[in-house]
Amino acid sequence: MSDAISALQGRMVPGEVTVREAGLRGMITLRGDLSDAALRGICTDVTGQDFPDRGKISAEGETAMCWMSPDEILILLPYAQVTGALGRIDAALQGQHHLAENVSDARALIFVEGEFAREVMAKVTPVDLHPAHFGPGDFRRSRLSQVPAAFWMPDEDTFAVICFRSVAEYAFDLLVASAKGGRVGVF
Amino acid sequence: MLILHCPYCGQDVDETDLHAGGQAHLKRHGPGSSDDDFEDYMFMRENPKGVHFERWRHVYGCGKWFLAARCTATLEVFGTYPAQTTEPPQDIRDRISAKRPGWTWGDFA
Repeated sequence: MSDAISALQGRMVPGEVTVREAGLRGMITLRGDLSDAALRGICTDVTGQDFPDRGKISAEGETAMCWMSPDEILILLPYAQVTGALGRIDAALQGQHHLAENVSDARALIFVEGEFAREVMAKVTPVDLHPAHFGPGDFRRSRLSQVPAAFWMPDEDTFAVICFRSVAEYAFDLLVASAKGGRVGVF
Repeated sequence: MLILHCPYCGQDVDETDLHAGGQAHLKRHGPGSSDDDFEDYMFMRENPKGVHFERWRHVYGCGKWFLAARCTATLEVFGTYPAQTTEPPQDIRDRISAKRPGWTWGDFA
């Protein structure tokens, strides 16, 4: 079997703010009734994380649960664990209306790391990224200039961005250009 | 620039993250209705200078439809509410009445 490769194969552009593609990351889209106990239970089982509130992410290392919409959760896992996790989810939710799909190879994950990462992001998204409104633990779906993206902050100086694989190159180049543009000094 | 509150995400969302869906609270009449009813549903639209009710979709976010009450002249937003609503909720009507006394829109006032 051929080896899986990520969209940009770990490309990195170092600088004051470094932009780095994360490589392979397992992602499962799960749609269903998010208030359902069985669904919440299996999500917690698979990730070992608390179920996130609206607009939040619960994350640790490569594992996370992201609140995508009132009926959708995105589960992040190490790439190799996806097939097993998917099997457990399908078994736990058998007979129940839901959709669980492996979307690992349909997405790209990009890290923006550095002291003014917040400004690098704020230049290309309409979301209010003031520290009072957006910080670690928050999760938001919006866009990066012309393409849809979702992002969160693993820590105070880092943004993690998920976009579609087909626009990974655009999103990456955009973030690199924004980082090159330097600090604005607003936040 | 218009910023609307998505009632599903609980976020204030920029206009460019949204997709406009035209007038809200259209009624599609059922079996036995007249051609005039269908014409009203299909073609007749409010075109107010002032209070207006619209459908919006949070297309770059949760993907859900919601409804918004706003003023077309000043871009003031009176409130947003879920799309599963056949008429504007009372608290939004009260808010509009406080700022635009005597407003009417379609059958609502």
